[in-house]
Order: sequence, then C-alpha cells, then structure tokens
Amino acid sequence: MMLRIKRVPTVVSNYQKEEAEEDRVGGCGRNCLRSCCIPGSKLPLYAYKKLDKVACAKGLPQHESGEAPIAFLDSLVLGQWEDRVQRGLFRYDVTACETKVIPGRYGFVAQLNEGRHLKKRPTEFRVDKVLQPFDENKFNFTKVGQEEVLFQFEASEDGDIQFFPSAPIDAENSPSVVAINVSPIEYGHVLLIPRILDCLPQRIDRESFLLALHMAAEAGNPYFRLGYNSLGAFATINHLHFQAYFLAVPFPIEKAPTKKVTTLDGGVKISELVNYPVRGLVLEGGNTMEHLSYAVSDACICLQDNNIPYNVLIADCGNRIFLLPQCYAEKQALGEVSAELLDTQVNPAVWEISGHMVLKRKKDYEEASEENAWRLLAEVSLSEERFQEVTALIFEAIASADNGSKDLNEEQEAKPEATDEVKAINNSSHPAIVAGTQECLVLQ
Amino acid sequence: MESQLGLIEQSLNSSYSLWVREALDEIPDNFTITDPCICGHPIVFVSRGFLKMTGYSKNEVIGKNGRVFQGPKTCRRSVMEVREAVREERAIQLNLLNYRKDGRPFWMLFHMCPVFSKEDGRVINFIAVQVPLSRKARRSGSVFCRNGVILSGEGSMINDVVYGSCRKEVRSDSLLELGPVLALDSALDSDVTELEIEEPCEASDLDKIRAASAINRVLSVLTHYSESTGRLVCGKRCYLSALGLLSSSLTISLGRIKQSFVLTDPHLPDMPIVYASDAFLKLTGYSGQEVLGHNCRFLNGEDTDSSTLYQIEESIKMEQACTVRILNYRKDKSSFWNSLHISPVRNASGKIAYFVGVHMEESCNDQGGRGLSPEMRQLSTVGAVKIAVRSSSMGAGSSKS
Ligand SMILES: Cc1cc2nc3c(=O)[nH]c(=O)nc-3n(C[C@H](O)[C@H](O)[C@H](O)COP(=O)(O)O)c2cc1C
Repeated sequence: MMLRIKRVPTVVSNYQKEEAEEDRVGGCGRNCLRSCCIPGSKLPLYAYKKLDKVACAKGLPQHESGEAPIAFLDSLVLGQWEDRVQRGLFRYDVTACETKVIPGRYGFVAQLNEGRHLKKRPTEFRVDKVLQPFDENKFNFTKVGQEEVLFQFEASEDGDIQFFPSAPIDAENSPSVVAINVSPIEYGHVLLIPRILDCLPQRIDRESFLLALHMAAEAGNPYFRLGYNSLGAFATINHLHFQAYFLAVPFPIEKAPTKKVTTLDGGVKISELVNYPVRGLVLEGGNTMEHLSYAVSDACICLQDNNIPYNVLIADCGNRIFLLPQCYAEKQALGEVSAELLDTQVNPAVWEISGHMVLKRKKDYEEASEENAWRLLAEVSLSEERFQEVTALIFEAIASADNGSKDLNEEQEAKPEATDEVKAINNSSHPAIVAGTQECLVLQ
Repeated sequence: MESQLGLIEQSLNSSYSLWVREALDEIPDNFTITDPCICGHPIVFVSRGFLKMTGYSKNEVIGKNGRVFQGPKTCRRSVMEVREAVREERAIQLNLLNYRKDGRPFWMLFHMCPVFSKEDGRVINFIAVQVPLSRKARRSGSVFCRNGVILSGEGSMINDVVYGSCRKEVRSDSLLELGPVLALDSALDSDVTELEIEEPCEASDLDKIRAASAINRVLSVLTHYSESTGRLVCGKRCYLSALGLLSSSLTISLGRIKQSFVLTDPHLPDMPIVYASDAFLKLTGYSGQEVLGHNCRFLNGEDTDSSTLYQIEESIKMEQACTVRILNYRKDKSSFWNSLHISPVRNASGKIAYFVGVHMEESCNDQGGRGLSPEMRQLSTVGAVKIAVRSSSMGAGSSKS
C-alpha cells in the first residue's frame, strides 16, 4: 500500500508552475540557477565566521554586543527582502494579513492568510516515505529566478565575516543560497538551500544542518528562527531546504516546560517537552556548536533512516533546537483525522507545531482559541508509547555517534572550563562597547 | 566608541545627579542597573556585593550586557523569560545559573524590575538583584534546596541579616544534618559537581523577600535622587503622559533600530510624527519634544523642490513606498540633501498604522563602513520597523499598536 494525501502545494517561487505547464525546456531566458543562466551571473555573498568554541561554549554566539545593533546578517536579510517587496516579487503583502496572539497560557499565534493557497489545484503527495530520490522533473530550486535569490551563504575562508555585494556564482562549488519564499507566512520568509546545484533531496546531513545552525547564530536574533519539514511531515518540495522568518513574539513551544532526560558527553542537554500538545525533544548546550549540531543531525538521520516523519525548529539564535517526530499526514492518509480538523486545511508543519497557526478561513481565525490549536496539534503528536520507542531509537543513534565525535574532540574537551569563561568575558569586553564589531570586510 | 563609554558614564548622572553613586554604594546587596536606551542595553552601575560575588572588577562589568554572566549550563528557557520581561517592561523573579569570573557556576535568585520616568512613562533603567542560592551537595546527585522557612519557626531569623538567607539556609540544613561550623563557611564555595549544577535550585520565601527588599532599597535611592534633577522616576508605570502615543513594547523595539527615521500617524490630523529615532534628532538638531506631534514639513525650507513634495504626497495618498532626493533643513537652518525613503507600515490587523520615513544624509552615505549599501541599510530599517509594528500590535491585550 502507498499512503498519499491531497493538498494544495505552496508556491514558493514565481517560476513554480502547475505540473502540467511545467517544463518548456531549453534556452530558458529567465535567469535561473542552472547551467543555462549561471555563466557571468553574480549574487551578493555573505561569508560567516566559524564560531570558536569559546564563544559557543559561552552560549553567546557572536552577539555579545547586545540587542541594539542590528546584526549584519539580520540587516542583509531585511534589506534584501524589503527590496524584493518593492520590486513586487511576492504574491501578496504578508503584512496585510491579520494576525494575533490568542489569549491563553501559551500565546498561540494565529494568522489569517487567505491568499496563500489561491489559484492552485490540490496535488497528491506520497507521505509514507521520508526519503525519496531527487526528481529532476519536478520543481526544484535551481529553477527559481536569480532575482528571487537574496545572497550566497558560506563559511569564510580566513575566519572573518566577509561580505561581497556582487560575487560570481561558482557553479563548481555549488553555493548555498538564501532565496525568498514568494508565499511568505511572515515578514522575511526565506529559504536556505544548501549546495543548491548539488540537487540534494530533502534529507538532513551533518554539514547542511550545521550550515542552518550557523545561519541562526549569525543572524543573532532570537525572533529569526529556522525550520525544517521532512517529507511526510509537510515538506512539499523534495529539494533540501530550511525555512526562516521573523516573528518578534515567543513561540508557544519555546515557553513549554521541559524535563531533562540526559546530558551527552559533548555537553549537549536533551530534554522532553512536557505539557505541550506535541511530544518532542529539546536539544541545547554543548561544548561547541558542532557538538550540538551533530547531536541534532544524527537524531534526524536516525529518524529519516527509520522512515519517521519529523519537523525541526532552530530557536534562540541556534541555542535551542526542537525535534518533533509526527504522524499527522499518515493519520490523514489513513482517514483517521476528523473532518472538522481537515476542513481547516491547516497543514501542521514546523511552524504550526511551534504554535504559529496559519489559517485559511476567516471563521477559523475568528474562532481561534488555545483549545482549538491544542486539539489540532494533539493529533500531530506521536502517542506516548510510540514517542518513547522513537526516543529510544534516537538515543541509541546519538550515543554511538557521540562516542565517535568525542574522540575527535578530545583535545578541546580536556581544557578546563574556567579558562574558557575568562576568555569569553575578555573577548566580549570589546563587542559590548563597540557596536561596529559586527561590521565586516567589503571586498569588491 | 568613545561616545558609548561617555553615554554609560553619563547615564546615571543625568537622571539622578552625581551623588547617586555614593548612595548606591552604601547598599550592601548584589545588584546591577542597566540603561535600555543605550545601544546594547549595558550595565551602567554595579554594586560591590555583585563584584565580590562574581569575582569581576568594576571595569569588566560596566558596559556589558547582563548576559555575559550566563554560560553553557544556563537554562535557555529562563533566559527567554528574562528577555520577554525586558521586552514587555515588567518585573520578573526567577532562578538563574550564572558563572563567576573563574568559571565556577552558581545559582542565584534573579529579581529584575523596570524604573519608569514619571513624566512620560518611558523606562529609564532596569534594576536587577542577584541573591546567591546554595544547596547541599548530596552524594546521590539528587540535589535540592531546603526551604528556609522550615527553620524560621525555630527563631533562627536573627542571623538572616548577617549571613543572608542562602547561608542561613545551609545553616538550617546543617543544623539538621551537617553540623553548623562546616556549613557556614562552605555555603558559597562548596564544590558542586558539574552534574549537579544543572539541577534547578529552589529559592526560599526568605530569599524572595530579600530580593524584593533589595529592589526596594535601590528603587528608593533612585527615586530620591531623581528629585534632585527634576526627572522623577518611580517603580510603577504612570500614565500621565501626553506623549505616550506608542505602546512601550513598540517604543523599545524601535529604540533598537539605529538609523535615522520617523514614524508618522496618518490617522491623526495633519499626520504628525509619533516617533523620532535618536539618529534623526542628531541629524536634524531638534529635541524629541520639538518634533513629536508635528508634521514633517518643518524639515523643508526655501529651496526645497515643491514637485518633490508633491511626489511624496501622491505616494502617501496611493499608500505606496517612494524614494526621493530632497533638500532638508536642520534646526540651525543649515541644509542637507536627504535621500528619503517613505513606506506605509501595517499593524497586526493588516491596516496601515503609520508611514515610516528613513533619512540618509547624502554626503554621509558611506560613513559607517558597513558592507551594506546605503540603500540596503535604508530598506533594512523599513523591514525592522515593519516587524516591530506588526509584532508589538498582535499581543493578546494590546489594542493599539
Ligand atoms: C538590570 C539587568 C541586569 C541583568 N543581569 C543579569 C545577570 O546578572 N545575569 C544574567 O544572566 N542575566 C542578566 N540580565 C539579563 C540579560 O541582560 C538579558 O536580558 C537576557 O540574557 C535575555 O536577553 P538576550 O536574549 O538579549 O540575551 C540582566 C538584565 C537586566 C535588565
């Protein structure tokens, strides 16, 4: 048996056509990111500084200088995004969509978005396979227009933040890029597409997840979060991507109490969400950013290898990561979801699970309550029994990987923590006063 | 950079006079005072007790944001709660794990509250009191703090003043189990192992009272000295203000945006300015009082091109964004070329609540040296303003943006 659901796919690019209209191949002429258009093309390039372990161990990635100066990456995303607003590239003005915090303990956020799914026919999606091969014939991000791409994002060679307003696209190296989502669910909605030209399927690997974590840390804004949906957990495009946007209120999932389960050798603390409608794990801390990143990506790899759909939220500047295995699509395909919930057409992907509910019907928006949100999300969650099973699988996977990485980093870990602390505060003494440390080198 | 240090130096003096420091130094508690109006929200005063507790020198603390005392084992959820309290300008009391200079972590009861200006209800400062908490190290690893109240019935309150509730607490435990002498000295220095430190430590009611009364001591000194400058402050928000046109959470978010910009309200007669950034005041030479409530036309002068003004008017009518180059005048009558970008800004109900005007003095375009072009920085300001307005007006209780 094959499980499928029908849903309206989200239009993330202006070049995303109905499958039927798709592919008038050749010559292109639309300035895309494929070999036809890349030669001679340029895009801004932001090269981030790999965080040293002190800064990270301190839990203070890069933004010691405080909340006041808008961090560089933050400004870059905002400025480029607003530029695309004024160039009219979005399908609607998301700031014209009504939104509110629903009264209640958790503060679920509701948005009425009637435009997001207009003019699209429902399409069938296979939901019982978390890993599917990349399909050249379906829409993928190499087909977006270059005007939809905001900048290239990569690690800096010499360890300093660098910005090149106009850098050639090096097809050989398959750049990672940040592009707009033309159907935004909040201001600044972008997609991070790791090594775009490699055409990776939607599947987490260590390197790509670390890239996403760097983006969160680099933006240094707790209200700029990244999210990931696996296939079977409401990803609609099978081309590796993370999403991100700005929403300057805490998400309910961030407020949920947690219960510590364990601390890994690398210092990563793992907790369980308690008193939240969706069961999930929270990973935080870690002696280095890599420790945290590898723990999460190993957990994700374990889930996808076991064919368990999941969502990931990267919150708090990359300091807290929520991992949420789910089973809604499966239930939906099996006809186990009530008509009442289905009627809302809410697809519980990472943002909805985190407490940001995008509603399509005015009625649902007006009647939105903590109780309704809770009822929907409760359907997304694994049962307690299944969750414990899945958690056990994850721990097994992480534990074996953890031992591996520990050996690699033995030298670093041997250092006494005290020294790190002293260094950290010494380091931060300048940025705290000199707002301009966030400045970066401009090379033309 | 100089000016940042200067601002920090001046922060207390200007609100509370030169003498306030001496009075604050008399207060024995561990506390810090921050100034949210200075970029980075730095600490502008630190008590001796705090320095002793953390092992830092004064110079190492002044100018830093309070978050530098956090570390790998600090609970991020608690940090988020503090962040939200600061954003919403309300008091908060919670347990927080911090680190001393030598890297040793310790638990404290963290009590923070805003200090408001009586005149316009703005937050002038935040005060935070840090009461160290101690715990018994148990061999089993399951550690908790005994509630200090247990012993208060046995007449041990007397020592509270001397040792602080944390020590008293250990002492009370010690009376029960360890023997007093040992516990008294090791209360703060006891080596809590790495594993144990993560377990949350609980504060007793006495700790909580102690924190609250320390806050009151600091608050009353600040209130007292604010009388000498005439800039009265108080611990409760006062709504006397005529200028309180924006919600405070919006004002805070806007305060973080460092570019020169103003917000105008198209729903008020003659579309007056309801917010002017510090950079705008600096650029034009006016004070906040002089511009708030006025239409932007005071920036124009003899040689300002009227067709440009017409163009601006038209875009505002059409509710569209526009960029123009316009000759503007400062308070001292000197003129400058302003590349002005104007854009409508919507609130959470999706309606246009304001227009934002972002100014860029042409000759200075390339100062600042940031990698972003002036146009990009201008647009990023528009984006940041849009997010601030939208987010601050979606609150469960807030009716006005
Ligand atoms: C007056 C004041 C004092 C503070 N002192 C401390 C402190 O001693 N230790 C600490 O961990 N955080 C302290 N903080 C909290 C941080 O400054 C900051 O608000 C918190 O980390 C959350 O915001 P962030 O996300 O910008 O870091 C203090 C905040 C204020 C307003």
